[in-house]
Amino acid sequence: MNIVVCVKQIPDPANPGALDPGTNTLKREGKLILDESDSYGVEMALQLVDKAGGGEVALVSMAPNGEVSGLRTALAMGAARGVLVSDPSLQGSDALTTAKILAAAAQRLGSADLIIAATESSDGYTGTVPEQMAEVLGLPSVTFAKKVEITGGILKAQRQTDAGFDDVECPLPLVLSVTAGVVEPRYPSFKGIMAAKSKPVETVTAADLGVAGVGWAGAGQKIVSVVAAEARGAGEVVEDDGEGFAKIVSFLENLKVI
Amino acid sequence: MNIWVYAEITDGAPTTGTLELLTKARSLGTVAAFVAGDVGNAAAALGAHGAATVLATGDLAGRLPGPAVSAAMQALIAGGNAPDLIMMPMTYGARDIASRLSVKLDKTVLTNNVEISTDGSVNVTTPVFGGNVMVTTTFTGTGPHIAMFRPKSFVAEAGGAGAGTVIAVAVPDADATGAARVTAVHVEESSGPKLDEAAIVVSGGRGLGEAAKYEMIESLAKILKGAPAASRAIVDAGWVPYSYQVGQTGKVVKPSVYIACGISGATQHMVGMKGAKNIIAINKDKEAPIFGIADLGIVGDVHKVLPKLIEALKARG
Ligand SMILES: Cc1cc2nc3c(=O)[nH]c(=O)nc-3n(C[C@H](O)[C@H](O)[C@H](O)COP(=O)(O)OP(=O)(O)OC[C@H]3O[C@@H](n4cnc5c(N)ncnc54)[C@H](O)[C@@H]3O)c2cc1C
Ligand SMILES: Nc1ncnc2c1ncn2[C@@H]1O[C@H](COP(=O)(O)O)[C@@H](O)[C@H]1O
Repeated sequence: MNIVVCVKQIPDPANPGALDPGTNTLKREGKLILDESDSYGVEMALQLVDKAGGGEVALVSMAPNGEVSGLRTALAMGAARGVLVSDPSLQGSDALTTAKILAAAAQRLGSADLIIAATESSDGYTGTVPEQMAEVLGLPSVTFAKKVEITGGILKAQRQTDAGFDDVECPLPLVLSVTAGVVEPRYPSFKGIMAAKSKPVETVTAADLGVAGVGWAGAGQKIVSVVAAEARGAGEVVEDDGEGFAKIVSFLENLKVI
Repeated sequence: MNIWVYAEITDGAPTTGTLELLTKARSLGTVAAFVAGDVGNAAAALGAHGAATVLATGDLAGRLPGPAVSAAMQALIAGGNAPDLIMMPMTYGARDIASRLSVKLDKTVLTNNVEISTDGSVNVTTPVFGGNVMVTTTFTGTGPHIAMFRPKSFVAEAGGAGAGTVIAVAVPDADATGAARVTAVHVEESSGPKLDEAAIVVSGGRGLGEAAKYEMIESLAKILKGAPAASRAIVDAGWVPYSYQVGQTGKVVKPSVYIACGISGATQHMVGMKGAKNIIAINKDKEAPIFGIADLGIVGDVHKVLPKLIEALKARG
């Protein structure tokens, strides 16, 4: 079983980013980390390869400035190798271009039985990249999966829906998007972290992958305005002294909802 | 301008999100609703909200909507019936359709929008940083432009028009992309008012400590005749179904009262509830971001405050 996992490297959400006033895009500065949303895909891939009794987990990522620290985290968890697409011409790319790039990078790794992504990234959250990749690759997909198993070349999953969930079946190969919480991601061990330092990561450009029309020029969109929304202010904040509940009761009384 | 609105139908009626988009669309141009499945009696409601025509694929027979519906749309477009704009609700099914279609047409898709305007070009607005900043993006290049919208972005309002004319749309033979099949559908039962329509929403988060304590949220919601809800943290943990989730990747609620219990107030949660008229928060950490938008904040332990609150409200009868 060979599995490719998409891992996005993002600014640490603990230091929320800002929009670059010059280009109106999210500033991506400083060290990037593995998007937590993708740690579930990495874990799921490792477990599926383990159950299949052989194969490898490989990674694809697109990030500026040859950034690999997030990739190293996924390698430390147990992935074998990766392709990083890093190229200044990719700046300003839309989700569609990202999907074309990731699809080409996945193909560069050889034929995979399964390609895993998260349902949406933490920083961009367009939520379209996995299904766009599937279409670029001409593959079927199972999206929003919250439980997954593979037997006899068929993937069975519970696909989250607005009303509950559907049982879905699909023959491999396919693209799978997984929700957070689908598995419990492992922490990299010290041994894993050391081993990750020497695992191969190939860095390529859009041209190496044969994908043209990337970046600002290829994006079918342009930001025209960025404005602050009306802020909602804080009201009264009180410490509970055992009578906090009574504050809530009188608040609800004033609103005449009780 | 010709507009398609991707219309979702559950239990024979268009979803509220669908009616919201139709209402907005009819102020922008001539509208067709695109239905994946059988229209049944829904043509009247679709028409009243703005759909002059209803394009319908008929039952998808267990196929997932992404590959099947995008192929049907592409075939219509290739046949010379391209709309200028395709508006879709930000649901899972529609996300897959929009994604596949964007590749088929080689067009960008803009998601998570809450507003749209047209002035020769089509501009859509999305909130970022928890709704503190609004970013407006314009589509460059030619249509059809594909845009997705968060629930509650517009107000659904019926106009005077009659039922839309239903036109059957063929779904092309599925290629390899359509290999997935739905083998069973599970609907989570719920009672009381629907979460996105309830006047009072009582929401629980990780601060409840364990799944069993969610019962406090349910009892409080029941006493207040409201709907129980949740942060994503406890949905991911499997305490409650996804249909309870409020936020960026869940429901958008605008009740008259939202009571957040043991919820920190992450930006992704706040975009789903900051439209509430009144917000009450209970959190033991006085630095929790939720207090920044709460009208009444109680710094305290949910395990102490909630039982007393439930008891006091019960005592009032
Ligand atoms: C792409 C993306 C999309 C997301 N979409 C959503 C979404 O749609 N909805 C959503 O909710 N989240 C969403 N999230 C997750 C979000 O970032 C937060 O992780 C989540 O909202 C946190 O849930 P929480 O507040 O329950 O948990 P926590 O952040 O862990 O907060 C728990 C709170 O409980 C308090 N607490 C602990 N014990 C007690 C006690 N005994 N009494 C009172 N208070 C107590 C703590 O002080 C803390 O503030 C998304 C994240 C990403 C990356
Ligand atoms: N630049 C990227 N590098 C690697 N994976 C990505 C990238 N962008 C998106 N993805 C994958 O696609 C998922 C959905 O992304 P998005 O459509 O941006 O919400 C992410 O969670 C990743 O799994």
